[in-house]
Amino acid sequence: MDGQGQIVIEGVNHTYRPARGRAVPALSNVTLQVRPREFLALLGPSGCGKSTLLYLVGGFLPTEAGRILVEGKPVAAPGPDRGIVFQHFALFPWKTVRGNVLYGLERQGLPRAERDRRAQSFINLVGLRGFEESYPSQLSGGMKQRTAIARTLAFDPSILLMDEPFGALDAQTRSLMQTELLSIWQRTPKTVIFVTHDVQEAVYLAERVAVMSSRPGQIKAIVETKFEKRDPSILRAKEFVEKVDHIWNLVRDEAIKAQELSA
Amino acid sequence: MKALSRYLPLLLLAIAWELAARLNIVSSLALPPLTHVATAWLDLVHDGELIDNGEASLYRGAVGLLLAIVGGGALGMAMARWRTFDVFVNPLVELFYPLPKSALIPVTVIWLGFGDGSKILLIFLGCMIPVTIGAYNGARGSDHVLVWSARSMGASPLRMMWDVVLPSALPELLNGVRTALALSFILLVSSELIVSQKGFGYLIGYLGSTGSYEGMYAVVLTVAFLGFAADRLYQLLMQWLLRWRE
Repeated sequence: MDGQGQIVIEGVNHTYRPARGRAVPALSNVTLQVRPREFLALLGPSGCGKSTLLYLVGGFLPTEAGRILVEGKPVAAPGPDRGIVFQHFALFPWKTVRGNVLYGLERQGLPRAERDRRAQSFINLVGLRGFEESYPSQLSGGMKQRTAIARTLAFDPSILLMDEPFGALDAQTRSLMQTELLSIWQRTPKTVIFVTHDVQEAVYLAERVAVMSSRPGQIKAIVETKFEKRDPSILRAKEFVEKVDHIWNLVRDEAIKAQELSA
Repeated sequence: MKALSRYLPLLLLAIAWELAARLNIVSSLALPPLTHVATAWLDLVHDGELIDNGEASLYRGAVGLLLAIVGGGALGMAMARWRTFDVFVNPLVELFYPLPKSALIPVTVIWLGFGDGSKILLIFLGCMIPVTIGAYNGARGSDHVLVWSARSMGASPLRMMWDVVLPSALPELLNGVRTALALSFILLVSSELIVSQKGFGYLIGYLGSTGSYEGMYAVVLTVAFLGFAADRLYQLLMQWLLRWRE
């Protein structure tokens, strides 16, 4: 049952070996399955290895132990089936908004008219019409992240990897972007792995939340978080608040442990 | 107004020069009046001397510099990206770095003779160093998430060098090229002064040795002006290439 966008992670370990200093175990025996077109949040305290896990799925780091299968095939290198959005946007500063959004389409070798049409439609989708010729240095943080999301959606990956994408934004922009991401995902369903340390964000966005323990990271619990999310008033609904509380309790112990580790 | 205040010191210097020569404060043999220099310049343009020699010089300078930019840029980026390559090449670059490149003038003549080849080689070798170092430092500073982004959008490793590493290195690379541009004039004129039958350096040496000091000064000032103009133009180009920066 290897459906489109399915991800299987089995017994994955990862150790960071810096050029100087001690080796740091980042992940320990992580096993996790992500269903096709599922929105999964990876939640955990900082330094728990959740970004590392995302980079392994992206193929940016080599899988040392265990295996990661995407649509049944082991991950060997980065590829356009897995789009990624980083916390600090990672836009090409020498390209305009349009140039950035076009980049992945150019690599796919689509005909020019088709590229331009797709780029424009995704620029419109994220509400950046009129800013096509702006450089990233001329944009606000929220606009930069919109550009990064448009760039990744434009080349139509079946999997979307998001590494704390709203972590660098102010609270208002962040909440707007969350709602926007949900509505985009509902219109064009993709498998999403969304890394965050914000419990409410995880519960609001995801269908399932995988809670990770502090370093070395393990999957501590997986919690179902399906709600009718089109309605923003869900944030005040009793079942939603209870779910946040429940997960927060799971995370709290780990956050305390993580603090002791770094102290 | 701003332009005036900028060039006022030059104008004052020119007036001081003219007066010093006219009033015999310094021997007019050592420092001919600027107006005489201007006349000599017009003569040199008129009989084609300045143009012919200028063409030869600019050709050598342009080819040598261009080769240095391409070679140095590629070398620096390759060193920054491939560690094994760096291990082999870096000591060579460091050894070559402090060597006064003018010491290579006789060497390049032995290799390639008195013509264009030896000048081009000298400029290439000398100018490559600052470009290499600029490209190396710039490429080393390229953000790994940009590299990852490009790779995840389907860029091959080589494509990624061109699309990400090169533009990331550009600010430092372009500064290296600016140093190389100034250096190319130095190496060009000094090599032509010593061993050449053509070029600005040759003309300066020839006019000096035959006692036509007005003409000699005219060529020196021409080279100075060309160097200045080249740097100004280059800065405009740099601003345009880096217009995405804030």
